[in-house]
Amino acid sequence: MIVAERKPFEEIKELVKEYKKVLVAGCGTCVAVCLTGGEKEVDILKTELDMARRMEDNPVELRGHTIERQCDREYLEAFDSMVGDFDAILSMACGAGIQFLAERFPQIPVLPAVNTTFIGVNQGIGWYEERCRSCSNCVLGDTGGICPVTMCAKGLYNGPCGGTNKGNCEISNDQPCAWFMIYERLEKQGRLDCITRFTPAQNWENQVPRTLIQPGYKKPEKQ
Amino acid sequence: MKSESNLEKILEAGHFAFTGELGPPRGANAEHVREKAKPLIGNVDMVNITDNQTAMVRMASWAAALIAIEEGLEPNYQMVCRDRNRLAMQADILGAYALGIKNMLCLSGDHQKFGDHPTAKGVFDIDSMQLVNMVKTMRDEGKFLGGANIDVPPKLFIGAAANPFAEPFEWRVHRLAKKVAAGADFIQTQCVFNMKKMREWIKRAVDMGLTEKTYILAGVTPMKSVGMAKYMASKVPGMDVPDEIIKRLQGAEKGKVADLGIEIACEQIQEFKEMKGVAGVHLMAIEWEHKVPEIAERAKVLPRPVV
Amino acid sequence: MRLDYPSNVKIIRVPCTGKVDVMYLLRAIQKGADGVYAVGCLEGSCHYNEGNFRARERIEYVNTLLDEIGITGGRARMYNLSSGEGPTFAAYAKEMTEHIRKLGPNPLKHK
Ligand code: SF4
Ligand code: SF4
Repeated sequence: MIVAERKPFEEIKELVKEYKKVLVAGCGTCVAVCLTGGEKEVDILKTELDMARRMEDNPVELRGHTIERQCDREYLEAFDSMVGDFDAILSMACGAGIQFLAERFPQIPVLPAVNTTFIGVNQGIGWYEERCRSCSNCVLGDTGGICPVTMCAKGLYNGPCGGTNKGNCEISNDQPCAWFMIYERLEKQGRLDCITRFTPAQNWENQVPRTLIQPGYKKPEKQ
Repeated sequence: MKSESNLEKILEAGHFAFTGELGPPRGANAEHVREKAKPLIGNVDMVNITDNQTAMVRMASWAAALIAIEEGLEPNYQMVCRDRNRLAMQADILGAYALGIKNMLCLSGDHQKFGDHPTAKGVFDIDSMQLVNMVKTMRDEGKFLGGANIDVPPKLFIGAAANPFAEPFEWRVHRLAKKVAAGADFIQTQCVFNMKKMREWIKRAVDMGLTEKTYILAGVTPMKSVGMAKYMASKVPGMDVPDEIIKRLQGAEKGKVADLGIEIACEQIQEFKEMKGVAGVHLMAIEWEHKVPEIAERAKVLPRPVV
Repeated sequence: MRLDYPSNVKIIRVPCTGKVDVMYLLRAIQKGADGVYAVGCLEGSCHYNEGNFRARERIEYVNTLLDEIGITGGRARMYNLSSGEGPTFAAYAKEMTEHIRKLGPNPLKHK
């Protein structure tokens, strides 16, 4: 899932300081799972903003609404009848959702309330870890299912580097060395040949905005 | 000969190579480079010019290398993957060669987190192994990484680093093999303190026939103090400093620790001269350039061969 | 056991302090309460293992939120006691009341 982190309150307050009527838009998918931008977090942010603005004698009218997914047109529709009443939308979705919302309502400022952080996994309640940088050229098949782009601090394809430290990465003793793990796993699987081969320079495909159209689906018409 | 490097000539002729190191200054102080170069002249075959060492901004490696050439040294142009993408790398390689640089050392580079710009974007477009291979392709096939032809390919002697100690130890020699296959003409190792592991690693490299395909220069760093030894043992990632070394230094008479450090380094150099598979020594006298003549003298590597 | 505790304390029962949500606490202050506190079981004796630890974390979080909002001084607190400690319950209620008295009324009241 996509993991995001809420922006510091001060920053959010600053973003909306000019506006008197703000719609706080939550998203019920990834950011809700990582406890950042779902219904409950919308509620908290709304309450905070309400109190803070009252404290400053500059009250703001707030409404919260959370939809299933902000990255999906089908659900965004729910906002159509709502947005006319507001002078800004504060979105708690990931960067993709925020942009899709902004694209749908180009006449209204759409502002981010979260920092989109990574694609990751759920290690426990409230604990998420990054696992993928969406490089467009997955090499997990050769690296024992451990991503060298994400998990190695230098994104090496032919690691480990000289800094690997008793199984840890040179950047910190709390960060396991990806290449140490890759070696260990492939050794157990008897597949070390996967990394004895030289891996040539990567063709980076994530340097331009990417589009995917599945076979049999023509490009959706812009609305 | 693959290149026009003096180091390559010395190694080809079967001499035991002795190389040094020079860190460019944190400023545009050319005099500083000249000062540091002086004690190295005539005492080493080649001098490594570090590239934004420990991720701190310094005078460009190629620029300091040119000053070293003016002073009469043969530089080993170090290049890290942290700060440049493949376009900048290839451009710098061409420029360096055009201006008389004959050797280069391909490195990953310390993570930017350690340096003076910890929030910089690390580039790592290609890794050190891919860099070795890119330089080899440029030199031997006269082609850029993108496939286009090069008008006057850079005839560089290609170096790479190896850490014989870091875990997993088993993998170390295979990684060396990979670098050799990628095109490393010579290898400079991480500072060696654990001789036992070093002997084992070299033996494996010899058994795999790697020392027939590449020249291995063992890294030697004289300890200046007990504090330095302890620091290297605990704080420098990838460093393996056995307790015996620290104990031995602690046993030194007052005011004689540095002298003992040099003595230990000389003992190591002596052993490397006789060790099968080791083609030379790379002396990393960190901020101790002025001691190099003394160390070279005591290690009996003088005079340097002229080929 | 009849206990004498300050009458300004309004009690809301929950099955476990683990149920005490950030929003409950925040809403209380938003609606004008001068302070809010949770009383849970002793640490280590939560029936659901970590309900009271979670509550403590949330209380701390609410205090940071209140600080950001500009309502400082720690108007949210967590107390722990074992069941059957009626007098302690009353003592905590007094302590909390005094703490809040010192801070003065909820600044939002006049807004
Ligand atoms: S290699 Fe890593 S970054 Fe690329 S797609 Fe696979 S997991 Fe994601
Ligand atoms: S220590 Fe391991 S994870 Fe860290 S940069 Fe080096 S190879 Fe990558």
